[in-house]
Amino acid sequence: MTDRDLPVRVRASLQRARRWHPAELAFWLLALAAATLFPHQLLILNEIAILALFALSLDLILGFAGIVSLGHAAFLGTGAYAAGLFAKHVGSDPLLGLAVGMGVSGALGLVASPLVLKGSDLTRLMVTLGVALILHEAANSWSSLTGGADGLQGVAMGPVLGLFDFDIFGRTAYLYSLSVLFALFLVARRLVRSPFGLSLRAVRDNRLRASASGVPPARRLAAIYAIGGAYAGAAGALIAQTTQFVSLDVLEFHRSADLLLVLIIGGAGYLYGGLIGAVAFKFLQDWIAALTPQYWLFWIGLLLVLFVLGGREIIHGGVKALAARRPVPARGARP
Amino acid sequence: MAPPVTAALETTGLVKRFGGLTATDDVSFRLERGARHALIGPNGAGKTTFVNLLTGVLAPTDGRILLGCRDVTSASPDARVRAGMARTFQINQLFGTMTPLEMVALVVSERLGLGAAAFRILDANDRLIAETAEVLRQFRLHDVMDTRIATLPYGKQRQIEIAAAFAAKPSVLLLDEPAAGVPEAERRELLATVAALPADVSVLLIEHDMDLVFRFATRITVLVNGRILAEGEPSAVARDAAVREAYLGEAQHG
Repeated sequence: MTDRDLPVRVRASLQRARRWHPAELAFWLLALAAATLFPHQLLILNEIAILALFALSLDLILGFAGIVSLGHAAFLGTGAYAAGLFAKHVGSDPLLGLAVGMGVSGALGLVASPLVLKGSDLTRLMVTLGVALILHEAANSWSSLTGGADGLQGVAMGPVLGLFDFDIFGRTAYLYSLSVLFALFLVARRLVRSPFGLSLRAVRDNRLRASASGVPPARRLAAIYAIGGAYAGAAGALIAQTTQFVSLDVLEFHRSADLLLVLIIGGAGYLYGGLIGAVAFKFLQDWIAALTPQYWLFWIGLLLVLFVLGGREIIHGGVKALAARRPVPARGARP
Repeated sequence: MAPPVTAALETTGLVKRFGGLTATDDVSFRLERGARHALIGPNGAGKTTFVNLLTGVLAPTDGRILLGCRDVTSASPDARVRAGMARTFQINQLFGTMTPLEMVALVVSERLGLGAAAFRILDANDRLIAETAEVLRQFRLHDVMDTRIATLPYGKQRQIEIAAAFAAKPSVLLLDEPAAGVPEAERRELLATVAALPADVSVLLIEHDMDLVFRFATRITVLVNGRILAEGEPSAVARDAAVREAYLGEAQHG
């Protein structure tokens, strides 16, 4: 090896890190094929796609930027109500409503970001939790706008792109949600491999060194928090649009708590964790609920404890082994 | 008389109080351009506080800090880096999940002003690639450039500490005990690295290791109880009775 080769090797190494792994292609093809393979499960598939997008949002801020949140439902709910209200009062175009949901949630993220930039993880957990509680109560009280506890009625959706009407089987719903998920995933994938994404990892790994490397941590964290907010808002908008209804449930605490569970199951910091976790979580929920309808929370709780205590190593070991079959060490796969 | 040349880094009347404790006590200090300057002092003398004031980790109670002609007293740590002051840490502060390549690339990318670019591709920038490769080569990190930093031996991690600071192309480089804890076998490589730093970079070395200080520095400042006790050429400082009493004698035992 000569010195002249070094820039070439440096470039090659960076390129490898963003190359598509065959397993990634398989994952997305399978997700697309699911629409045909499981024609009677389209409604739950739609829920999975939306949960996956919601988890991707948390992964961006937690897995890549290290911001813990116990109130991510604030963004989900904001996006849902924004898209729902837009459809009810302004226009029924889904993509326009999606943009509105993302915009409003993203703006909320930007406004709320100073609250989560300072302080320890515990402070962040409490602040995010508090913001979500406030929004929940606000939506509950302001019933003239939101419908309060009765939910937001009269959300009518037009066809996607003026072509695809929403059907009762959820076919359009799933394909629409999956498309949005995929598009936003592509953006996220590009983002985490960009100079900006690298600087986020720097802040997450060591904030002191990040600022000693010229990274302005506050600005970068505010930016990703707003982006994460917009992603969660997109998930909320999809809920509003595909169910044509918004209830206070989108702002409930369990949404935020479940989301952490999803990301813990799938693993944070490599983008697919939230997606895999969403699939696993929904199947688990469905399966256990069918087995013991009264006690499903008990089993979920037990699984959570076992999983965090030991099972995670087993599952993530498998994922890591798969990723290690890349030509380079598993750089992306952080358990 | 020639007009006074601005120092690379200068403090005037710098004070830092923590409650009743004065950790930095009216320190006026000049780091000349291209200097090889060492800052020494016994444990608790306030060396690290001084570095933290210089780099903006702490805000001074009083006094001013000039980086070249620029007053950086209230500038953020990252703004000071962009203005040309970089540092290493006494205790490794690295990006554990990154590779040396990524860590150096990060510093270069921030220096090139790419850090906020969310849609650019890292490897598309020729300058970033070239400069990253150059730093990796200079600090002999190219053989381990794809290994996670957290898994590298301690001596290599110390090298990365310096490489990451150097990648910011600083005009002023603060080395906070670069040799701390480095085993003898890896020490030689580290000392060679420090010795090979370009002459136009002004270096302030904060060090316990007298051997390294006297080999490296052409000027020494002795800090005791937050105050400058003595300053001068190494031989003069070594002869200084007050310094011997306050510091060197102690160092020979410790």
